Amino acid sequence: MNILMTGMSAVLCIAMLGAALLAIRVKGDDSLPLSILAAGLVSLFASVLFLILAAPDVAMTEAAIGSGLTTFLFFFLLARIRGTAQTVDKNDGSALDGRDYD
Amino acid sequence: MIKRFITLLLLAGIGAIFASLLFTYVPDSELNRTADYYAGHTASDIGAANIVTAIIVTYRGLDTLGEVTVLFLASSIVGLVLSLGQKQHKTQRNRVAVGELLTTGSRFLAPLIMLLGVYVFVNGHLTPGGGFQGGAIIASGMLLLLLADPLRHFSHTLIATLESFSGLSYVALGVLGLFMAGGFLDNRILPTGTLGELISAGAIPLIYSLIGLKVGAEFSSMLASLSETEDLK
Repeated sequence: MNILMTGMSAVLCIAMLGAALLAIRVKGDDSLPLSILAAGLVSLFASVLFLILAAPDVAMTEAAIGSGLTTFLFFFLLARIRGTAQTVDKNDGSALDGRDYD
Repeated sequence: MIKRFITLLLLAGIGAIFASLLFTYVPDSELNRTADYYAGHTASDIGAANIVTAIIVTYRGLDTLGEVTVLFLASSIVGLVLSLGQKQHKTQRNRVAVGELLTTGSRFLAPLIMLLGVYVFVNGHLTPGGGFQGGAIIASGMLLLLLADPLRHFSHTLIATLESFSGLSYVALGVLGLFMAGGFLDNRILPTGTLGELISAGAIPLIYSLIGLKVGAEFSSMLASLSETEDLK
């Protein structure tokens, strides 16, 4: 593995760490979509890292399932939770766990 | 305070384990015996340009059958659990409004994503990727359609038929290998052809296409059940 590849791996590792920290540390009213995107970003960087480590098959699985399907699924379920929270809001004025998802 | 300390201690422990792995790692100067066998015999015996696919579908075909079975069980159980919930009421449900960008974009992208999925599993024996990756890509295309139109209804009969057909054909092809070639899931029931061509490597393209359809159908059925049911009140 030459210098360029090592440097790229190091940059990717740092970016992965940053994205992972962002995913768990981000605060605010609208933080959940950002967390989901950051978690998807971790998988995306991981798949590039697998590619650098000469494992294109694993990279493809990681990109398709880790960063594609899982991110989509989280957004899908987030929309569903919001829908349920709104319905509950109308019924008895409180969301599922007392938090406001909007 | 104690909780924080224990967390830090655990993290330090995990860090120590990984550090010792990293610093004692010496790359092999040559392939070990198993890897050497696979690298030397795949092209002549199996006829697949992608050695990983040859190992997954033929040399370790039984493991792949096991993986497909695990995924089948998982999707069946998700379907069973969700079938206990209510069917959603299409008129009463108030959904988050879907934007124009997503609607128009999904019309353009979904067919291309599905095509890419089919390409990935049909070319599994030539290029990286295969049935699992292709199936997951197809399912993400379905998910995009669902995101754009949450009330869209997919035919469960079609999905179930596709899933059962590909599962049964996969096992049937494996059993054919017992009679016509060297053993269960042997790919040489069809001629291996020229290395690197689309129609080569015996039954591998056929088996991987079936796996791709099966995985795609299983993921899609999970997503469709998720979207069509409502939580118990």
